[in-house]
Amino acid sequence: MAEPLLSVAGLCKHFGGIMATDDISLTIADGELHAIIGPNGAGKTTLVAQLMGELRPDCGSIRLDGKDVTALPPYRRSLRGIARSFQITSVFPEFTACDNVALAVQAHSGGSFRFWRAARADPALREPARAVLDEIGLGHRADVPAAVLAHGEQRLLEIAIALASRPRLLLLDEPMAGMGIDDAARMMSFLARLKGKIALLLIEHDMDAVFALADRVTVMLYGSIIATGTPAQIRANAEVRKAYLGEDELA
Amino acid sequence: MKNSASARGLVTFAVLAILALLPPVASLIGQGFYVDVFTRIMIFAIAALSLDIILGYGGMVSFGHAAYLGIGAYAVGILAFYGIDNGFVQFGVAILVSAAAALFIGFISLRTSGIYFIMITLAFGQMIYFLSISLNTYGGDNGLNIERPSDFTRLVDLRDANTLYYLVFAIMALFLFLGRRLVASRFGMTIRGAKSNERRMAAIGFSVLRYRLAAFVVAGAMCGVAGALLANQDLFVSPSIMQWTRSGEILMMVILGGMGTLVGPILGAVAFLALETALSDVTGHWQAIMGPILVLVVLFARDGIFGLLSRRLELRRG
Repeated sequence: MAEPLLSVAGLCKHFGGIMATDDISLTIADGELHAIIGPNGAGKTTLVAQLMGELRPDCGSIRLDGKDVTALPPYRRSLRGIARSFQITSVFPEFTACDNVALAVQAHSGGSFRFWRAARADPALREPARAVLDEIGLGHRADVPAAVLAHGEQRLLEIAIALASRPRLLLLDEPMAGMGIDDAARMMSFLARLKGKIALLLIEHDMDAVFALADRVTVMLYGSIIATGTPAQIRANAEVRKAYLGEDELA
Repeated sequence: MKNSASARGLVTFAVLAILALLPPVASLIGQGFYVDVFTRIMIFAIAALSLDIILGYGGMVSFGHAAYLGIGAYAVGILAFYGIDNGFVQFGVAILVSAAAALFIGFISLRTSGIYFIMITLAFGQMIYFLSISLNTYGGDNGLNIERPSDFTRLVDLRDANTLYYLVFAIMALFLFLGRRLVASRFGMTIRGAKSNERRMAAIGFSVLRYRLAAFVVAGAMCGVAGALLANQDLFVSPSIMQWTRSGEILMMVILGGMGTLVGPILGAVAFLALETALSDVTGHWQAIMGPILVLVVLFARDGIFGLLSRRLELRRG
């Protein structure tokens, strides 16, 4: 079997006496859409922060492409092909949508010790940025300051920034959080189109979205993994049903 | 957005045009001392402009910026003390030493943020201040007289007030132009992004520390030039040039004029020093009046004098 793109072994992180993630092991294959579900406080966001490198794990290891990245800071992981979106929108509010995305393009096009040419007039940054915005359906809002965008648009911009670095693994922390029905549907169809092109780790509360999109699903509870499998396996798993899904939903 | 860009251009043009015409007008109305007053104002404008690059664009609240003013001035003073009058050498050393100091101070300070950064830059400023007091060879507390201004060949005679004025003016205009390029470049977008959202910058692949440090060094070097010019105007350097209150004054010029606008701090320097002169003629307790004015500006005109001016211009144009 080929080496998985991402393999996590025995990852843990505790805050005081609370185990936020406890002995997490999982793999994500190239192009796989791997969903992680679990109630609030299950440690999903902590896991994303550890995969991105924002939190140092207390134990365990993270390998990307067979290479140990456990000790790398976030910017180095980004340069190696990991990107993330944030559960609470984290953009550059005073910059336009296009500026936001162009900055991510810039981060991946060599050093930024360039002092002379105007970055906003540089087609090497603006064209890829506009392409990503068009792809995600924000092309017509490219010149609007991010702070002025509607909530749903900011959520899309959040993903556009992450995609602009051309990642091989994209960590999506509740991309549909707080979205209306229309925006959520847009996001769903975008994720469906993205699926297969790059590996995706999707944290999401919307069970319909998860079961419709995911290749595999991992269920977390109190910092631990209680099951991993295909959507069908997860639906049938007695422990998951008891702990999380609720009997009536499956009736 | 177009509107505000053109308003900015208009304000910049007006400021530079007025300052360019000031010496002939001053001599025409027989008030030649204004040339000296505005030479000094523009020197502080350079210091404020350099601080704006790291403060307004990089979000780095340095409370020790006067240190570079002092380093630049002492570079000229100490070289002159040993009979080295060549202006290119003096200014070159002023730039190099203030850049090196900024590199060292920034390397340590930029590991902190927020109030800690303010305190640590203040502490470094104080260290350099007390270091200058301890330089007994160079006058210590009493300062050091400079016999001759920097010698830039016979073409540029800095003993002439108008020549010094236009040298300061040219350097200010040059720094304004270079600053504009800088903040709009890839480098500029990087430090602005780091000010706006540091966590996101890391997640998209930026290691922001090196860019912040570079900006800190550029600002320090620019302020060092202001210090070298100040030494030329006063023909005297003393530790008081870098008292911590001076760092506060430069900060106030930036805030008063408008952070993150580059031309605003020039207006801020004009307003601050003009107010200081006018108020200190009226009362010795001029700070008691200056303080409330600053509070009002911070409360009601958050983008400073520049913001007020450019908004007026935009309104008039509809």
